[in-house]
Amino acid sequence: MQKEQDQILGDLTSGEYKYGFYTDIEQDSIARGLSEDVIRMISAKKNEPEFMMEFRLKAYRHWLTMKMPLWAHLNIPEIDYQDKIYYSAPKQKAKLTSLDEVDPDLLETFNKLGIPLEEQKHLSGVAVDAVMDSVSVKTTFKETLAERGIIFCSFSEAVREYPDLIKKYMGSVVPYTDNYFAALNSAVFSDGSFCYIPKGVRCPMELSTYFRINAANTGQFERTLIVAEDNSYVSYMEGCTAPMRDENQLHAAIVEIVAMESAEVKYATVQNWYPGNKEGKGGVYNFVTKRGICKGDNSKISWTQVETGSAITWKYPSCILRGKNTTGEFYSVAVTNNHQQADTGTKMIHIGENSKSIIVSKGISAGVSNNSYRGLVKVLPGAQNARNFSQCDSLLLGDKCGAHTFPYIESGNQSAIIEHEATTSKIGEDQIFYCNQRGIATEDAIGLIINGYAKEVLNKLPMEFAVEAQKLLQISLEGSVG
Amino acid sequence: MLVIKDLVASIEGLKILKGVSLEVKAGEVHAIMGPNGSGKSTLASILAGRDLFSVDSGSIMYNGENLLDKSPEERAKEGLFLGFQYPIEIPGVSMVNFMKTAINEMRKHRGEKPLSASEFLKKMREKKELVEIDSSLTNRSVNEGFSGGEKKKNEIFQMAMLEPKLAILDETDSGLDIDALKVVARGVNNLKSPDSATIVITHYQRLLDYIVPDFVHILYRGRIVRSGGKELAVLLEEKGYELIRQGEVNL
Repeated sequence: MQKEQDQILGDLTSGEYKYGFYTDIEQDSIARGLSEDVIRMISAKKNEPEFMMEFRLKAYRHWLTMKMPLWAHLNIPEIDYQDKIYYSAPKQKAKLTSLDEVDPDLLETFNKLGIPLEEQKHLSGVAVDAVMDSVSVKTTFKETLAERGIIFCSFSEAVREYPDLIKKYMGSVVPYTDNYFAALNSAVFSDGSFCYIPKGVRCPMELSTYFRINAANTGQFERTLIVAEDNSYVSYMEGCTAPMRDENQLHAAIVEIVAMESAEVKYATVQNWYPGNKEGKGGVYNFVTKRGICKGDNSKISWTQVETGSAITWKYPSCILRGKNTTGEFYSVAVTNNHQQADTGTKMIHIGENSKSIIVSKGISAGVSNNSYRGLVKVLPGAQNARNFSQCDSLLLGDKCGAHTFPYIESGNQSAIIEHEATTSKIGEDQIFYCNQRGIATEDAIGLIINGYAKEVLNKLPMEFAVEAQKLLQISLEGSVG
Repeated sequence: MLVIKDLVASIEGLKILKGVSLEVKAGEVHAIMGPNGSGKSTLASILAGRDLFSVDSGSIMYNGENLLDKSPEERAKEGLFLGFQYPIEIPGVSMVNFMKTAINEMRKHRGEKPLSASEFLKKMREKKELVEIDSSLTNRSVNEGFSGGEKKKNEIFQMAMLEPKLAILDETDSGLDIDALKVVARGVNNLKSPDSATIVITHYQRLLDYIVPDFVHILYRGRIVRSGGKELAVLLEEKGYELIRQGEVNL
């Protein structure tokens, strides 16, 4: 039986990464390396206004003074930043007026990924911004959204069309001085999505961005900015994949969310970058800074993430709870298998009175992987009656993987109540046998057990994502019980 | 239905079963009794296909086929049910989802279509009434936070749902108060049919006040040392296992 399980483990974990294909498409790439000239070139290629180039250069000069952070529980091989390509775009006509003008190879790529860009074929109720390498390929349902005053477009377009909004909000939640990867992103970011919901508007459909790295040796640096005005609501989803390559690909993104009075923003991620092969070769290095601010009273930001991909994940979607009665939520399932490493969690910064936060983190480790939760709950002196509840669970499959929890609590207000619960468990052979005895085969049993364990988080995903996420969890882990 | 011949089995080189033979026919209820450590639960585990034990010699035929060739889930799909002595908790997995998955796996095996949601819920309601279990149990995750008694009742409920051909109840009565014991017994009695069989493994005679077996076997030190009708259980209750220990020399 032990042997049989190892066999199943072998069979299933060696299952091909479904999104590992590469699209052979002509690319407009610049030479490897990073310098002020490169940044000027990126800015010029994007026809950016002067303020944008200045912002990039300031960020770059700051980045040069910084060192890569090493505090995470990660073993990060040295990254040669001069060996990366910082801009690469699939070649296509400069301006698209209709879908007919999108390169058929590009459409095919997104079709293969299950993201059809033809609006009539697309899931009704989901608008997509498709980003490949350094540029946005196509944003769907733009016109429908515009009728309600909602802006949903690529970041590059926003820089040109809505410079005042960009100037006002870009870097207001994650300044370029924030950390090493935020500075790098601010210097070289190429595209991403921008979303603006006006006062009193409930966005009628899910908005989503689909990120795809295609070109070799290319870093992907995207930025997403979401601004929700008073009494507005939006639910946003993000998905990511990359081809299988032997070399490691670099991804450093920034997501900023601003929620004004009584606004609510839900942000869901299903991160499935290529995780590398079984021996730990290749895979995406995923260094992401995601942060939202509940600026107005009674506002709410909710992060939900399902992290199954990437060789290395360094990511802490956070909430600054500045307004009174604000709510921050973080729901996370992070899966690591084979040689994957993840150090992920959140920061909840309580500034406003009666601010509340909830953290539910479910780590699942298999193979020889390492999975860490790192979270900070900080209550400032003015945050009267702040509340936090954190629950961090770890599930181990097999006996060669690691699960770690690093909770940090800093409370500056006597009235704050902070609770932290943590558990560590193993999928037991007895649980699997119990399922077997009821006629359920081992692979299905593991899927059932994992999904049960992650249910609290999966329930928070929009319907369109939940089913995909369940399958993804099962595929990432099936059979990995030793 | 079930024919066990000279079964010898061990765990990590330690012999637990030293030649067990047993035949169970459709429509019969067999009770296997014996003191702790005599090999009762080992026998149940081997029948269900738990890999902790190795079968050294002997054979087990189930409906004319070699049971030992089959995986645990194949055995289950062919109607073999084990009521666990210590039912396992599976947090976050609802009883509804668990049972639906199990039933549909078995239906698939028999070439039948999966049950629709409404058919399934109807079946669930019926079986809950049949085994008289509290309806709230099935709204929870599998055995999570259940009391000992609730877990045992849940095993009987699952048995009712899965309608096995051969049910093996491994000390389902241990740790139960008299009311819970009656629920378990009622469940077993209600599910009795001419084409199914039950093996009740128990340490105490008291369960047999409520479930009347056709045959009683006494398992002692890895061997069935005595078989008889229900009166054997009564005799055992009166004289205790000491009787068997003395008698063993003569066997």
